[in-house]
Amino acid sequence: MKRAMGIILTGGKNNRLKELSLERSIAAVPFGGKYRAIDFILSNLVNSGVSNVGVLTQYNIRSLVDHLGSGKEWDLDRKTDGLRIFPPYLSEDGSGWYKGSADAIYHNLTFLERSNEEFVIIAQGHAIYNMDFKPMLEQHVDLDADITIACRNMDDFTENEKKLLGMVEIQDDLRVTDFSEKPLNPKGSMGSMGVYIMKRKFLIELLQNSAAKGHTELVQDIIVRKISTLRIFAYIFNGFWRPLSNIQLYYKTNMELLNPKVRLELLMDRRKIFTKVKDEAPAKYNEEAVVHNSIIADGCIIEGEVENCILFRGVRVKKGAHLKNSLIMQGSCIDENVSLNHCIIDKGVTITGGKTLNGDSEWPLIVGKNVKV
Amino acid sequence: MARKEIVALLLAGGQGSRLGVLTRTIAKPAVLYGGKYRIIDFTLSNCINSNIDTVGVLTQYQPLKLNSHIGIGKPWDLDRMNGGVTILAPYMRTEKGEWYSGTADAIFQNIHYVDEMSPKYVIILSGDHIYKMNYAEMLEYHKSKNADATISVIDVPYEEASRYGIMNTTDNNKIYEFEEKPAQPKCTLASMGIYIFNWDLLKDYLISDHANPTSEHDFGKNIIPQMLADGKNMYAFNYVGYWRDVGTLQAYWESNINLTERIPDFNMFDPYWKIYTPNPVYPAHYIGATGKVEKSIVAEGCMIYGTVRNSVIFPGVTINEGSVIQDSIIMSDSLIGHGVEMYCTILGECSVIGNNVKCGVGEFAPNQYNPKVYDSNITVIGSNTVVPNNAVIGKNVVIDNYITPHDYTTLEIPSGGYLMKGGDVE
Repeated sequence: MKRAMGIILTGGKNNRLKELSLERSIAAVPFGGKYRAIDFILSNLVNSGVSNVGVLTQYNIRSLVDHLGSGKEWDLDRKTDGLRIFPPYLSEDGSGWYKGSADAIYHNLTFLERSNEEFVIIAQGHAIYNMDFKPMLEQHVDLDADITIACRNMDDFTENEKKLLGMVEIQDDLRVTDFSEKPLNPKGSMGSMGVYIMKRKFLIELLQNSAAKGHTELVQDIIVRKISTLRIFAYIFNGFWRPLSNIQLYYKTNMELLNPKVRLELLMDRRKIFTKVKDEAPAKYNEEAVVHNSIIADGCIIEGEVENCILFRGVRVKKGAHLKNSLIMQGSCIDENVSLNHCIIDKGVTITGGKTLNGDSEWPLIVGKNVKV
Repeated sequence: MARKEIVALLLAGGQGSRLGVLTRTIAKPAVLYGGKYRIIDFTLSNCINSNIDTVGVLTQYQPLKLNSHIGIGKPWDLDRMNGGVTILAPYMRTEKGEWYSGTADAIFQNIHYVDEMSPKYVIILSGDHIYKMNYAEMLEYHKSKNADATISVIDVPYEEASRYGIMNTTDNNKIYEFEEKPAQPKCTLASMGIYIFNWDLLKDYLISDHANPTSEHDFGKNIIPQMLADGKNMYAFNYVGYWRDVGTLQAYWESNINLTERIPDFNMFDPYWKIYTPNPVYPAHYIGATGKVEKSIVAEGCMIYGTVRNSVIFPGVTINEGSVIQDSIIMSDSLIGHGVEMYCTILGECSVIGNNVKCGVGEFAPNQYNPKVYDSNITVIGSNTVVPNNAVIGKNVVIDNYITPHDYTTLEIPSGGYLMKGGDVE
């Protein structure tokens, strides 16, 4: 699909992921034992044949830039095209921080102008899904749409969670008639996945017009305003999709990987999810290890009991430790006789011997990066 | 090309015939090891961890897997503009092509490759061993002794010394005599097949050795003894640590299973000496609610619903409910059905074990196919092979690669039995 290029928005600042996004962009939060959130959209684009991808970044970009590197893990280290990262920059006309998603793309208009793909796929960096964009592009062309929005039935979200989404109303002919971003009273069940396809030249025009009017947001200022004047259509996706919008969704979505159906669709599909490799040795289980219903990454050494957990790379679980319903990120060490339930332990944490930490399934207890408890 | 101080030449053409079906379609350096790696990864990782960024890999026997494994050397950071990894396969010259007729001949045929970098030193390595070694220290030693050649040696037990090439040294480690497999060893310093030479000197010796029709063109048999006879300044470099030639099925099995010990003899978890290999694109592995894993190594992409004990499981393996895998090595992407019992078995890549199969059961019996290779309790099943439901397989059995259910005339293969495809017997 050399016909489309990709733009990934890695989001503004919010603290809905609490300590996890203090020092990293939401797109860079660790997920599922070895991934970071942005791996999913990057892999989706690459698996759909897109090889020209721009990542727009704003806050706490160090870990994201470190993770992406030259893009070689996604086969995006190319002579032509490949991966480009666009942090905000200062220029003569006083620009600086991106004021919104449209503003961010507008500031990098040169990237759009110099590319030569006919279409652009714009997507978010913090959603977990495995999707082929080729049929969506086909439908976009068939319906002669101005903009196509990927949508799905959001009934697998709670009413409260729906308030974090963009809810849409769709006619039988797939025409989108209403779009309400983060609605207070969500109606209906169709929601936007934050993936848009349009012609590259059309996007350039839209951005130039809206910039002239001082508009900065892609959704509120462009799509919502033009819903009746533009041909905006929905493409219905039926698969698994979760945005890591707050800590509950983050925790829940990780735990959903323990469901074989979800794991197969997301991670074991022939459309593979690529990520930066760490060259760890395979995980090692000592005699005392008791592990049930858990995901264990390379480099772990386990001597304790682990149930319904996700252990990221290089985690140590010492003798007598008791881990339940928890996420333990890379390089953390759980000492002897520690008991954890409903916890999220960030990278490089040491939980010293005998401690007991209990969270709640709705409010998991978070231990921030590199601390010793 | 820019001049390099040292170039590594890695001999990876060995067949490793005592690994039986494991090396029928791949060379020994390409055999899987340690739940994720291939044997050659250890030597390649040693090179890059020792700051050697120019490595020629000499292949000969069944090179396909090795070629695709090494590729352009990315996993080892050996994809370089200047240097990096180069596969050196035998090739046609003006009138005739020749296979590498010995280790020295292999280097002789690639003199021009080394000359391009005009290095001061070359280090000769083999891709057959499991070990971690800093070649930079050996080079420092070579320089400090102002040596013509330095040979890495390891202290072996006296009883085993007669299986190795033994270096007899004076007090300051200067080698005065080399004995190949001596019946009455004078000392226990065995050559590890790792040599550093001054390139200009080695080149002269390779050229004159090539001209000698009675020579076997072997480093141990010809080049080293000749240098000693000429009174060259040769030193032994003492290596202390884990070093294994996993060249027999028993040694291969023991070395792998030892990795599951609480403190294994060989540490793969050293953050300062990482072992690199192409990483398969798999998610972290999953242990099901019915799964049970004790004293084992499990790689990415596995799904374990059965019981695994004292075993090494490579990436992408599925072990279904009710199965027990014990003292076994299961290679990448194999599938174990339900209710399987498997003991002391080496199972190749991409193989399928049907439901309720029993494997490695009964009493030991000598192997009827090749008792020299298959001489232990270990049953070996090749890669891309299917074992049908309900089959019962004894100990010390060998089943070939690419066996389909149609190849079975009986579902019972007693201890010492075999099932081989037609064709050449190794």
